Order: sequence, then C-alpha cells, then structure tokens
Amino acid sequence: MTEIEHVSADTAMHSAGEVIVTLLDVNKWYGEFHALRDVNLVVGRGEKVVVCGPSGSGKSTMIRCINRLEEHQEGDIIVDGVELVPDLRKIEAIRRQVGMVFQNFNLFPHLTVMDNLTLGPVLVQDTGKEEAEAAAMDLLKRVKIPEQAWKYPGQLSGGQQQRVAIARALMLKPKIMLFDEPTSALDPEMIHEVLDVMIELAKEGMTMICVTHEMGFAREVADLVVFMDSGEVVEAAKPKRFFSEPENERTKLFLSQVLH
Amino acid sequence: MDTAISFATPKSTPRRVPPTLESGVLLWLRENLFSSIYNTVLTGLAMWALFLTIPDFIAWAFVDAVWRTDDPQTCRDAAGACWAVIGEKHRVMLFGTFPYDEHWRGVLAIVLIVGMAILSAFRRFWSYLLFVVWLGVTAAVLVLLLGGVFGLTPTGTHKWGGLPLTLLMFVGTVVGGMPLAVFLALGRRSRLPAIKAICVGFIEIVRGVPLITVLFMASLMFPLFMPEGVTIDKFLRAQIGMILFFAAYAAEIVRGGLQAIPRGQYEAADTIGFSYWQKTNRIILPQALRIVLPALMNDIIRAFKNTTFVSIIGLFDVLGATATALEDPLWVLFALEAYTFIFVFYFVFCFSMSKYSEHIERDLKKGRNL
Repeated sequence: MTEIEHVSADTAMHSAGEVIVTLLDVNKWYGEFHALRDVNLVVGRGEKVVVCGPSGSGKSTMIRCINRLEEHQEGDIIVDGVELVPDLRKIEAIRRQVGMVFQNFNLFPHLTVMDNLTLGPVLVQDTGKEEAEAAAMDLLKRVKIPEQAWKYPGQLSGGQQQRVAIARALMLKPKIMLFDEPTSALDPEMIHEVLDVMIELAKEGMTMICVTHEMGFAREVADLVVFMDSGEVVEAAKPKRFFSEPENERTKLFLSQVLH
Repeated sequence: MDTAISFATPKSTPRRVPPTLESGVLLWLRENLFSSIYNTVLTGLAMWALFLTIPDFIAWAFVDAVWRTDDPQTCRDAAGACWAVIGEKHRVMLFGTFPYDEHWRGVLAIVLIVGMAILSAFRRFWSYLLFVVWLGVTAAVLVLLLGGVFGLTPTGTHKWGGLPLTLLMFVGTVVGGMPLAVFLALGRRSRLPAIKAICVGFIEIVRGVPLITVLFMASLMFPLFMPEGVTIDKFLRAQIGMILFFAAYAAEIVRGGLQAIPRGQYEAADTIGFSYWQKTNRIILPQALRIVLPALMNDIIRAFKNTTFVSIIGLFDVLGATATALEDPLWVLFALEAYTFIFVFYFVFCFSMSKYSEHIERDLKKGRNL
C-alpha cells in the first residue's frame, strides 16, 4: 500500500497494525460547494477516532461517505478491503459491516424496540426470530434498558432511544461503528448514559469513528483526534497532544470555544 | 444591578386538581344558541322552521305511512309514505336481474364482503396478510356470483345486479387499485426516468378526465383496441376503468405519505443494509400508509359512491336496479320512498366509513403507534 505514504506522518503513525478504513485524497462537492477537500484518514482495526470541528466543516459528510450514505466524487475510500467505487453492486454487504448511529436516533417509530433490533438480522442475515430476540435482549442488557424491549421508541426518553439505536447497530455485528454527533440532540442529563455505553464499547475493542463535541470522551478513549474545518483535515493528533499543544490557529480557536 | 426589581418566590405546594369548570345543559344553551341577540333571533327562526316542517314530516313518514301491503291501491289511498314499495320490490332493488332462486348466493356474497370490511377495521388484523385474505374473499365472491362450479348454476356478469354488484365493484376497485396506487407512487419517485415518466403520465392523464369519460373509454373504446374475436366482459371493463381512476388519485395521496417520511428513516434502513424492497415494505410504506390513512379513507368513500356511475354504461348497481324496479307501472308513483331507502343505505355505509376514519385520525393525532 504505497499510497498510504502520502498520508501525513501523524496519521500514518496510527496505522501500524491492520488498517480497516482508508480515505485517500477524498473530494466531494454539493453542487458548486466543495464539501470535502483532499481528505486523508487511515483507521486501524480496533482504534477509535474522534472527529471534531465547527458545523459545516464536513465531518458528518466525511463519515457518511464511509458507508456511502453520501457518494464521493474523487479519491479512494477502502472499507475492510473493499473499495467504494461508483458501480458498487453490493453496497448492502458493505453497510452490514458498518454500523451507524445518528444524531436524531432514527429508530423506526412503528416498530417496538425489539423489532427495531431484530428486523435487520432476520431480514438481511437470515437469523432465526428466537435467536435474534435472544441476541437483542443481551444487547439491551448491555445498554441497560432490557425493560424497554416491548415499548415503542416514542415512549422512550432521548437517551434511551439513542442507546436502542446503538444496540440496533450492534445487532449486525459490525466491524466498524460510525457515530454522527450521537449526543447533540440530547438533554444534558442524558448525555452521560449514552457516552457510558460508547466508552464501554470502545473498551471492548470496537473500531469507532465518532463525530462529536464531547471532548471528555475524546480524551478518555480516542487513539486519534481529527480536527476538520471547511472540508479539510486541519489537524490530527493523539488526544494528549491535540488538547495540550494544538499547532494550527484554527484548532486553537475551536478548542478555546468548546473547552471552558 | 442593585436596583433590579425582578424576583421569584420559592414555594412548595402539593399537586391538586384544576378548579372545576362550569358545565351543564344551560351553559351549553347559553353559549351555543343564545350567546348574542342575532344568535337568539336565528335560534328562534330555526325553531319556527322546524315547528312548521317536523310535524308534517312525521305524519307523512310515520303516522300516515303504509308499511306493508302488496296492493299499490292501498298506498294511493293513504296520505303518508308508501314504505311498502320497499318490501314489495326489495328483491329487485338488492339483486337486480340475478335469478330469483339464486339470491342466497348474493346474500352470502354481501355477508362475506361486509364481514371482511368489519374485520379489516380492527388494527390487530392489519398486515400484508389481510390483503391476501381480501384477495381470497374476492375470489370466493366471484365464484359465488359467477357460478358454473361446485354445482352452482352459471350466472354471467350480465345477470349481476344490485348490492352484490355494488359491493364487488367497490371491493374490486380498492383491492385492485391500492397496490397499483402504491406502485405508481413509488414509481413517481423513482430515479429511473422511464418509470417515472410512465407513472407521472398515467396519473396526470387519468386525473385530468372525469370518471364518466374513463368508464365510456373502458366500455366503448377499449373493445376497439382488442383483436377481433376477443371480447372482454362489460363488468370487467367497468372494473378496470374504476381501478385505474381510483389508483391515479390514491397514488397522489400515497406519494404525500412517502414524502412525509423523514430522510433519516431511509438512511437508517440503508445503514442496516436492507434492499430497496425490504426498506420499502418494512420501513417506509407501513409509516407512509398510516399517515395518509384518513385521506385514503376519503378516497375509498368516494370510490364507494362512484360505483353508481356504472349504471350509465348499463350495469345495474343498487341505484340502477332500483330505477329498474320502479319501471313497474303499479309502483312507479312511489319512487320517492324507494330512493329515500337508497339514500339511507348510502348514508349508513358512507357515514360509518367516515366516522371510522375520524376515529383513526384522532388516534394518529394522539401520536399513538397504530
């Protein structure tokens, strides 16, 4: 993989082990607007990357390209050895490897929590209904809401819904988890219950790419913190260095605004 | 800052019920009938109008009415309504020209359809399976009415008439039209230009013409396009016309529902790796159809009333059969009573459907998961 040499030294440092996600000079436009500009990112298996930056910086767009909710126009994206090319036939197969958690939960409101969890495995992996329900119950216990299994999403608090959403994404046993501002839509008192679940998941060795402004979370679990601004990766470093001695002026300005 | 006058008083109070609101008949009367001088005058005028008409109506409809007789002369001598015409002619009104001895088949068909309609109203039965059961019941009704198997006398569609025809036409329209409407609505949002163009074209053309024209097209023009020797049954042609018309309107309603589903639902389904049809069947359609159910019910009620149009192309639905029944010179004078009966019949059917739709809508507003 000689292309990886183009990637900045700081990023490459983290890819000593097995690489699972690679973005090489990725560019994306919305009409005339240049949303991603030569974005490079390498994520090693089992590593956690936190992506932060002001709104409109392209961080959501970037992670949405990884499971092809958005299509990039230039550059290469390789997920678990499969390159995302325009005529990709088996996009569903890639998506099953990549779980995603959204800012607005996006649970299916017409299905019970249990059905939200089991529908994926039953339909796309041919798992038996009983087996899927047992697995779902295990996951609901892990996110500490087994008693909500037969309720509808509308009857749950935001924090509970987001934990269901995490459990739903885990049902397909993904290799990579993407989090797109998972706590931004939550009331302050609910942020922690979601972060706790994410921290636990991180400790279990899941590969995670999280767009978040929770700097405490970044400090605790991240192997790499990436700062993006106006579609570019401005700075990428280990959390310790990122928070204590940021190099770029834009990073410093951003950190001064989010850290009180 | 020292001069700030804002303050709040911390206080601990147990929860209690709200103060009772004034209620009762008198309050209702005051608020609704006598709230102002004009309102009071209007109430007075309305009361007077009712006083003038109601007693006469009651005398005509009930007191002086003839309920039962097989002699039209008794009716002519009476001052009131002749409800006896319904008793005398109900077989023709309800079954048209269907052979008299086979009317039980018509009754069974009515019971099957009405029974299924009542079952379908219960939400616990809502699933794609219900639709399959409807297809089965429709097939059973067809067998009943057509005959020719299981020792049933063959009775071609030209002999059909009355309520079984009305109900079958209605059920056929909805059962055949709903799936078509869903496909049209999905097709209209398709990324494939050809599919999109076909769906948009179909919807706009059918919506652009009156139902009568569609029926005339189906009944008169359609056979011209058929190869020589191939004829399609008149009932079937009318049914196809009704289905196409219903589907074009319902498709636009379903499209509204599809548009109301947030993008996040599509994305969540995509990230799980559902295929297009899994996503559509399990995630998008169930939500979209629930949202548009009240609007769809409106269209379904209209489809029921639209079945009366088929009498124009020579099929005898309930209304058409009643008109035929009244061709009997002995009873022709009592058309008002017969049509009043038909009026009540349509009203009962449509009003129940409309009340049901209101009930569903209220539940939707409560944000309950259906």
